[in-house]
Amino acid sequence: MNESHESENKKMETTTPSSLADVANAKVQKAPGTRAMGTGLETRGIHAWFGKNHVLSDVNLDFAAGTVTALIGPSGCGKSTFIRTINRMHEFIPGAAMAGEVLLDGKDVYAPGTDVTKIRLQIGMVFQKPNPFPSMTIGENVLSGLKLSQQKVSNKDELLEECLVRAGLWNEVKDRLGAHGGSLSGGQQQRLCIARALAVRPQVLLMDEPCSALDPGSTLRIEETIRELSDTMTIIIVTHNMQQAARVSDYTGFFLSEGGPGQMIEAAPTSEIFSRPRDTRTENYVTGRFG
Amino acid sequence: MTTSAPVRVVPAPRELTTQPRFSDKVFRTVVTIGGLSSLLILGLIAIFLAYRGYEVLRQEGFKFLTSSDWSISVDDAGNVVDSTFGLAAMLVGTILCSIVAVAIALPISVFSALFLNFYAPGWLKKILIAVIDMMAAFPSILFGIWGFLVLMPSVEYWAKLLNNYFGFLPFLKLEPYVVTRSPFVAGVVLAIMIIPIVTSVAREIFSQAPLDRIQAAYALGATRWAMIKAVVIPHGKSGVIGGAMLGLGRAMGETVAVYSVLNIVFQVNWQVLLGAGGNVASLIILKFGEASPYEIKALMAAGLVLFLLTLVVNAIADLIVRGTGKSGR
Repeated sequence: MNESHESENKKMETTTPSSLADVANAKVQKAPGTRAMGTGLETRGIHAWFGKNHVLSDVNLDFAAGTVTALIGPSGCGKSTFIRTINRMHEFIPGAAMAGEVLLDGKDVYAPGTDVTKIRLQIGMVFQKPNPFPSMTIGENVLSGLKLSQQKVSNKDELLEECLVRAGLWNEVKDRLGAHGGSLSGGQQQRLCIARALAVRPQVLLMDEPCSALDPGSTLRIEETIRELSDTMTIIIVTHNMQQAARVSDYTGFFLSEGGPGQMIEAAPTSEIFSRPRDTRTENYVTGRFG
Repeated sequence: MTTSAPVRVVPAPRELTTQPRFSDKVFRTVVTIGGLSSLLILGLIAIFLAYRGYEVLRQEGFKFLTSSDWSISVDDAGNVVDSTFGLAAMLVGTILCSIVAVAIALPISVFSALFLNFYAPGWLKKILIAVIDMMAAFPSILFGIWGFLVLMPSVEYWAKLLNNYFGFLPFLKLEPYVVTRSPFVAGVVLAIMIIPIVTSVAREIFSQAPLDRIQAAYALGATRWAMIKAVVIPHGKSGVIGGAMLGLGRAMGETVAVYSVLNIVFQVNWQVLLGAGGNVASLIILKFGEASPYEIKALMAAGLVLFLLTLVVNAIADLIVRGTGKSGR
């Protein structure tokens, strides 16, 4: 560490971590794994490659049912790759490979004979960029997952309303469900994508920087949505925004790549990560010394 | 200054100019010539055809499009005694053959484009693309000969089958029962010829389907086919229609392959399976060799009509592409 930056860093240490920890502590702490929504998700020794490039090394992380886990770390540390191995979206990239096990309710999602489309119904995903289907209306977008996975439901209208309410979008779109998805603002589109992910009733919801393309107002709405959703599902959110991690998550995992493949450095209850991290690299990151 | 309200003068917008560099001027000239040359060549051909065909078009009037007689009698000195020229049978034949061609080629092309983009392993994809591109460069006379010698006997079987089961449809009727050298056979040959172009247009447009939407569909538990239906087809629809129209234009102008398989008869025939038909281009090649100067003028007029028909088809295609283009994007 450079001498000249020492005093500056000291100053930051006294302000930033405590404030983030305060935010994290202010939330009501949840007792994980107490709800009847499956036993959760476990990852065992996850490695990932793109061609010969080893991008993720030996990640072991458990996600108790009904908790929100934030994954933080600098760009290129493998956070997104990691969550994409969880719902088997990683394998769409040509040359992508992985090792390890992802256990959903104790069953390996990579086990031979697994129907990968069923896995993705149980583990939903919201992407960084809002990506509604532009040829479909708002209503059709919400229910598109049912159509895509060839499921039938009797109470379509109820489901539509329920998902939009839970995604915090109902009041804004209830009078124009027939309008095209592309006619919404960016923040509304992202909430539409969340509603769409909810309609297939996933056990786990993966969110890959869901707010990075949005304004602060929309971000706040989505964070509220995440808090509400965590009553019924397990959420894993990748974020670059540490305030966001502190605000929405129960647990935080810190990822880092030090030249080689990305690794998970530390995972702990969010308040601990921001107040008394065990690893100095975590401390450096959460106090803003790099990254 | 404080007492009088400030008068805000709204200026007129300035004229924006720039002094291009010499190198840019040179390049601009080169690309302008390139860009305009195709327009110029097309224009010159149209003018040439109109100029040569004008006399016949004036003589025949609208009948040139509606009648089907094509006869000319010349006395020993080479003077025209009597002539009637009518393109109706040939125009109907042109449309019939090319519609059959597109109807057969379009599904095959769309499926092969989908296979190439979403199912074929990398090595097979490379080989198939090379083969399909080679098909586009294959001389049409060889398609014609192959169609005549190899394809015709088996197509006849299919024609009979179609007639047997769908003969109640007016265009699949067969009266009199002559199945050889029909527009259907010509359409099949043309279909094989336009498959490469339609496939490569479809493949290109499908490969541009936005990845984020493809991922969204997969993340919602879509099977590959469900994803294609929800994302790729809506995105590519207009492009595929454009490709089909390109193929239609190619099929309408095709000469040699049609000439070698089709039985050219100067009588309007809407029955696809019946061995009688024609197309404008094959008419020109049929008559051109032994035509008198006046008949050549008639053939030029026929060429002009074909040219205009192609333009109209392309214009319609453009309208369709614009109409369907926005929804899927």
